[in-house]
Amino acid sequence: MYYLKLIFKNVFRAKLRSGLTILGLVIAIVAFGLLQTVVDAWFAGANSSSAARMVTRNAISLVFPMPSYYRDRIKAVPGVKSVAHSQWFGGIYIEPKNFFPQFAVDHENYFEMYPEFLMKPEELLAFKRDRQGAVVGRKLADQYGWKVGDVIPIRGTIFPGEWRFTIRAIFDGKDETTITRQFYFQWDYINEYLKKRFPRRADQIGVFNIEVTDPGRIADIARAIDAEFKNSLAETLTETEKAFQLGFVAQSEAIVVAIRIVSFVVVFIIMAVVANTMAMTARERLAEYATLKALGFSPQFVAALVYGEALMLSLIGAGLGILLTFPMAAGFASSPAGAVFAAFRVSGDTIILQAASGLVVGLVAAVIPGWRSARIRIVDGLRHVG
Amino acid sequence: MADTLVEIKHLAKSYTRGDQVVPVLYDITLDIARGDFISLMGPSGSGKSTLLNLIAGIDKPDSGILRIDGEDITQLSEGALADWRASNIGFIFQFYNLMPVLTAFENVELPLLLTNLSRASRRERVEMTLALVGLSDRMEHYPNELSGGQQQRVAIARAIVTDPTILVCDEPTGDLDKQSAADVLGMLKQLNQEMGKTIIMVTHDAHAAEAARRLVHLEKGELTGEAAVP
Repeated sequence: MYYLKLIFKNVFRAKLRSGLTILGLVIAIVAFGLLQTVVDAWFAGANSSSAARMVTRNAISLVFPMPSYYRDRIKAVPGVKSVAHSQWFGGIYIEPKNFFPQFAVDHENYFEMYPEFLMKPEELLAFKRDRQGAVVGRKLADQYGWKVGDVIPIRGTIFPGEWRFTIRAIFDGKDETTITRQFYFQWDYINEYLKKRFPRRADQIGVFNIEVTDPGRIADIARAIDAEFKNSLAETLTETEKAFQLGFVAQSEAIVVAIRIVSFVVVFIIMAVVANTMAMTARERLAEYATLKALGFSPQFVAALVYGEALMLSLIGAGLGILLTFPMAAGFASSPAGAVFAAFRVSGDTIILQAASGLVVGLVAAVIPGWRSARIRIVDGLRHVG
Repeated sequence: MADTLVEIKHLAKSYTRGDQVVPVLYDITLDIARGDFISLMGPSGSGKSTLLNLIAGIDKPDSGILRIDGEDITQLSEGALADWRASNIGFIFQFYNLMPVLTAFENVELPLLLTNLSRASRRERVEMTLALVGLSDRMEHYPNELSGGQQQRVAIARAIVTDPTILVCDEPTGDLDKQSAADVLGMLKQLNQEMGKTIIMVTHDAHAAEAARRLVHLEKGELTGEAAVP
């Protein structure tokens, strides 16, 4: 208790210096936490994937479609419970900066396969009955102030033209990890248009969404599906939904790696700042450390004082930083920049990493000053004027 | 001599400054009796503080014998020497060397943390010692709330609270006004005469030196004279 009191009093001895160091730590820990949360958010879609769902796409590339009649052949593969399909639309809402994912889907089966999208049955029914109907996620609806019945104009890029959709349903996520920033409408709507304007592009599917009866057999079922289309004009590649999502993340892996590196650089910089603070502190107190040693205290005790002070400083900063991360993350999530992430939530792992960073900063920052203070010769230390 | 507490024979000490070896003490031989009060005097660089540091066990000689209460402290390891200091030596420094973040009470309690005393026993002993130096009403004051004389009295309390065999004082009145210096010297005399503490004091001040029973004079690292204070 006495030692803790001594350490605590020493921490706040140079109030301005300690205060500024703690402020730096808070900023660094918050920045570290937010950057880690950005990385987590990047993977959120993949992490919330179902283990019972797969995605089948053209084996050459996602940009190449597959014939719609594949659906029945996939459905016939043993172990397949249900099949739906979806098509990336890639339209522009008012202007390009208003990006959100839009999918043309098999309106009869798609949402039965995604129980994590919670919506009123009557609204889903209304969507199914309206060829121009749309289903939007809650976060997207909130972002643009949309409500059921609103007509949303979208300019097609892959599918040229001015498209108008009527919102028939708004869905919520089952939990915080469920993405609710998508815009869905009927695949039949664009297919009918293509049949009229570009018949060669009609009856083509982007990806098939497959639900299996037994997730334990998912690899075998995937192989069976791909074998079904071996040597066809559009060979397929079937993978778990998670692997499919991670494939997208992998395309932006360099950004994720850069964010991770920056987050650790921030911690490294603050480590240097705290080490500098501790070095100055220890240098000023050499006479006190020498006095303690003269009184009979061991070099280990002196080192423990330095380590204790560095740890207390860094853990106070880390603690405040962790507490501040939550409102900062909430603020970021509700901002336009944060809206691009499906789920922007501070995870338990991030908090552990933040706390560990504080601990490591404290320990590493004290190594040299602690070693020097412990080794100071008493007679030299007593001569020292801080 | 039966009552010899400090036995010094042919003690030598030098320091290395870069490539140069600078001798500080040459062939010092000196006995200090238990209960004695000696003043080490001499000009700057005469080696008196170095001799004091060697006796206090915070520095080691190059050669010679240094026995305290029969124990050759030059042979002790760093850890053993720290334990020995905690039990046998009380330090009084020119600039008090109190911990500025601790109260007078906590400063005096500091050496007792190295003992097995209970918290209650520590409190009792600290209060008694602070009363002895006349600072019962200043126990909760921090050093910067005390005068120089009061700080030095706290330092004296810290030095005697463990009941050490020897008090080593390095210019204890060097930073004090005349009245405070007289108070501190009076206190040291009292500790020597009434409690039988052996006191070794380094001082420049001839007046302060007269508080001792015996004067030992050093010059250029050698003992140049010894005399009893009249």
